[in-house]
Amino acid sequence: MDETVAEYIRRTVLKIPRDEIKMMLQKWGFLSEAQLETLNFHQTKDNISQEVVQLCEENSADIKQAAVLDIIYNHIYQNKRMWSVYQMKKSGEELEYFDITDFRKKFKRRLRSALKNVTITFKEYEDNAIWIRVAWGTPYKPPNQYKPSYVVYHSQTPYVFISASVLKSNMPLLCQALIVASNYHDIREMELRSHSLNSLKDIVFKRYSQNFQTYTTKPLQGGKVEPENADIRIVQENIKEKERIHRLNQEVFGSGPQPKIEFAQYRLETMFKSDPKMDVLDKKEPFRCLVKFSSPHLLESLKSLAPAGMADAPLSPLLTCIPHKARNYFKIREKKGLFPESFVSP
Amino acid sequence: HLATSLPLPSERDHLRPRIDLVVFMIDIKSKYSLKNVETSLAHVDASFFLGKVCFLVTGVGRVNACSIETNAICKLGEAYCSPVLFCELELEGIRVVTAQRLLRMLQICAGHIPGVSALSFVSLMRNSDDD
Repeated sequence: MDETVAEYIRRTVLKIPRDEIKMMLQKWGFLSEAQLETLNFHQTKDNISQEVVQLCEENSADIKQAAVLDIIYNHIYQNKRMWSVYQMKKSGEELEYFDITDFRKKFKRRLRSALKNVTITFKEYEDNAIWIRVAWGTPYKPPNQYKPSYVVYHSQTPYVFISASVLKSNMPLLCQALIVASNYHDIREMELRSHSLNSLKDIVFKRYSQNFQTYTTKPLQGGKVEPENADIRIVQENIKEKERIHRLNQEVFGSGPQPKIEFAQYRLETMFKSDPKMDVLDKKEPFRCLVKFSSPHLLESLKSLAPAGMADAPLSPLLTCIPHKARNYFKIREKKGLFPESFVSP
Repeated sequence: HLATSLPLPSERDHLRPRIDLVVFMIDIKSKYSLKNVETSLAHVDASFFLGKVCFLVTGVGRVNACSIETNAICKLGEAYCSPVLFCELELEGIRVVTAQRLLRMLQICAGHIPGVSALSFVSLMRNSDDD
């Protein structure tokens, strides 16, 4: 077995938490049950990984199998990576039957015709997700297995989720290969990024709970704020306001859990508006400024702002449109017209 | 009766009993909290400031998160002739003790303790340095 493959397997096993190593090796299926039985999982990870490498040696593992183990690790720990979303466009409305073997063949052929030194690995999962791992090399160097890119493609949709490696120069090539293989004619990057792959899927596949506007002449009785203390001796003077905020929040955010994104970024290219007497900026140039909101769970925290009394309800549509518009990167420019207001660019 | 600011919503006027004590809660971690209290004070009738108003400052346990100077709050208390209590709601013991103090003050303000009236608080406000 190649030394580099052995080292790669060893390092991959070292990444896995000790309690999960057995489960992942079983998922991998490269080592037999009998071989797994011989492993002692109560020793240090260093020793475990050495033993695993020895067993792989017995089975003559090559880089292809090692890459599958890496996909399995990244599928389970997908939230450690940052994912971007790409949307593909078809030229016509033809409903073509999706053939996975055809896809794989075309993808590999396209990539390899441009770059000989690549390692391409596929793995399909039950939810129709196709995971592709690509390790990139150059015409003179073998592929760098430690900085691969990962692609997740749901064949029935025009969306591709990519976690690029640091080597960004390979992106155009990757995109090309994807559209050729999937019979689309164009691909564009959406302004949507997050660590939570499932949340990105929820947003683009519209799987999160959305609230649809219903027309009622009277406010619905159902918008009652849950009383934290059922003590009837406590009277809330501002209960109407609390209920209004609760109702608005429900309308905007829906009642289910929000997709998980970690930040929203707004690039402002607007004119600085101040009191003319202050005369702050002489130049009539757009004031460039970047505003970034970050949080472990941004949408949930935005949802709780108004009820916590930290913001007025309703919140700015720039914040609440994030799931509907499927974007968390915005560019805001001046609207050219009679009434200069901010205008969100597509 | 809990309210987020004054004045109180007028549609509930007929449901409200007589008000014996107004406690203004200031969160020492929030400058907005102090500003809110200052604007609400303008809506309180002058007669309340004869012992029926009290300032309760919360969150004092988290020393690193203080946004308001205690000096500013004490000055507020002096300006309105009303006592200032400090407490930390996250500690159950202090929470209970503070509640008991407020309850005691309320009993006096409501006239349930014979011989002691809300005006007594005003005289207790005198700083020992003044003498």
